Amino acid sequence: MMEIFFPDSLDELWAIMSANPGGAVMAGGTDLLVRIRKTGRKPPALFCLERIDELKQIRENEKVIFIGAYVTHQRLLENLTVQKRLRALWDAVSVLGSPPVRHSGTIGGNLCTASPAGDTLPPLYVFGAEVDIRSKSNKRSVSVAEFITGPGRTSLHSGEIVTRVSIPLPAPGTISRYYKAGKRKAMAITVASMAVQAKKDENGIIELIKLAWGSAGATVVTLPEAEEFLRGHTLSEERLRQAGKLVSAGVTPIDDIRGSAAYRRMVAGNLLLRLAHEN
Amino acid sequence: MKINFLLNGKETEIEIEPDRRVIDLLREECGLTGSKECCGAGECGACTILVDGESRLSCLMLAAQLEGREVITIEGLAKDGCFHVVQQAFVDYGAVQCGFCTPGMILAAVDLLRRNPTPSREQIREGISGNICRCTGYQKIVDAVYFASLALQGVN
Ligand SMILES: Cc1cc2nc3c(=O)[nH]c(=O)nc-3n(C[C@H](O)[C@H](O)[C@H](O)COP(=O)(O)OP(=O)(O)OC[C@H]3O[C@@H](n4cnc5c(N)ncnc54)[C@H](O)[C@@H]3O)c2cc1C
Ligand code: FES
Ligand code: FES
Repeated sequence: MMEIFFPDSLDELWAIMSANPGGAVMAGGTDLLVRIRKTGRKPPALFCLERIDELKQIRENEKVIFIGAYVTHQRLLENLTVQKRLRALWDAVSVLGSPPVRHSGTIGGNLCTASPAGDTLPPLYVFGAEVDIRSKSNKRSVSVAEFITGPGRTSLHSGEIVTRVSIPLPAPGTISRYYKAGKRKAMAITVASMAVQAKKDENGIIELIKLAWGSAGATVVTLPEAEEFLRGHTLSEERLRQAGKLVSAGVTPIDDIRGSAAYRRMVAGNLLLRLAHEN
Repeated sequence: MKINFLLNGKETEIEIEPDRRVIDLLREECGLTGSKECCGAGECGACTILVDGESRLSCLMLAAQLEGREVITIEGLAKDGCFHVVQQAFVDYGAVQCGFCTPGMILAAVDLLRRNPTPSREQIREGISGNICRCTGYQKIVDAVYFASLALQGVN
């Protein structure tokens, strides 16, 4: 039997964690409980974060929004700043799982699962999000790119948890989007996806562009050469098509039951073409 | 471990291993077999219940998580012997065939109408996207939810 703990505060969490070595942190449980059932490997204890108020807060100032690790996907979907200024993240949570999965699943859980198909990851990359990490005796922050170290792997040490994600708010006039190609519309694990953040000048010339692909490699893929190729130009279909070729060549997807590597390469490149229709 | 929660409006105290799944607690300890288990992995929605008003998957929740919460299962939806509007609409619009998905589907619809009382048909499809039905082809379910939303708005 697993012992289950519901600390009310981080201090209580640290005490429980040190008294129960080998236990696992649980947020919404939508990845963890599925994994425990599939593998039959039960940790001796679960440390549930659901009653720690500090981890549920969303705060913001003019420059940054701070999202607690235990903020559910549903709450992100309902947050006006996310809707208006972080549209790529909003797009991602709106296609993540299903309503009950979004009621349980959290941003911290999506990050810590570190799946190459994790839908919040590409948006967090293009926004340059920082991950705040704490343990009983230490506090540190790393960029999301440093946080994710491989498929299913993060830079968390034992005894550490993610407490919040900080996202710099893009300058006015910046657009962002997340496009997901899956086998069907709902409840589909991503075959390939792309997040974009871009700013054009008054002539439609790209001043700033950040791109990141999901399910296109062992972790999120970024391709500075594709960004470089688009910067200083308008997003004509022709230019995007050429950039798409760089993308198809640059991503490093795998073959699996949901799609072949070749198909994923093609989709990853083609997702860029959607930018021709955004203004 | 003893847990206390509100189950379909009744204060309930139950002695149970804290790591039992909520679906097992409901079906095996409380005798409430309306909630179904199919995939056991979050994919099908047959086990959907409402916890503090929100749809949750009872195959992906542990008994201990219910402490102090309010749970509604399909058995708790009818009031004073009268179906909930959504249940009645499922009957009226023929949205039930084998019935296996129905409890979860109805609770997903109740959750949707709480968040969005005036959904379009497309929004209804999105709202029940976590619930799989192998019989009806969904059209009649979408009809039922749509007409339930009109009934709840007082449009006839
Ligand atoms: C049916 C279904 C559909 C899904 N569809 C999608 C989808 O479309 N896109 C997608 O990206 N994901 C999807 N998922 C996966 C999952 O729902 C998400 O990854 C979700 O965000 C996980 O969050 P959680 O709070 O449930 O994590 P949990 O399961 O609680 O935790 C996941 C892992 O992270 C660790 N962890 C959690 N929080 C912290 C923290 N604060 N600090 C340190 N470690 C922590 C846990 O120990 C565990 O190892 C789906 C899952 C299901 C069951
Ligand atoms: S049994 Fe819970 S979602 Fe399928
Ligand atoms: S009515 Fe049979 S599964 Fe939906």
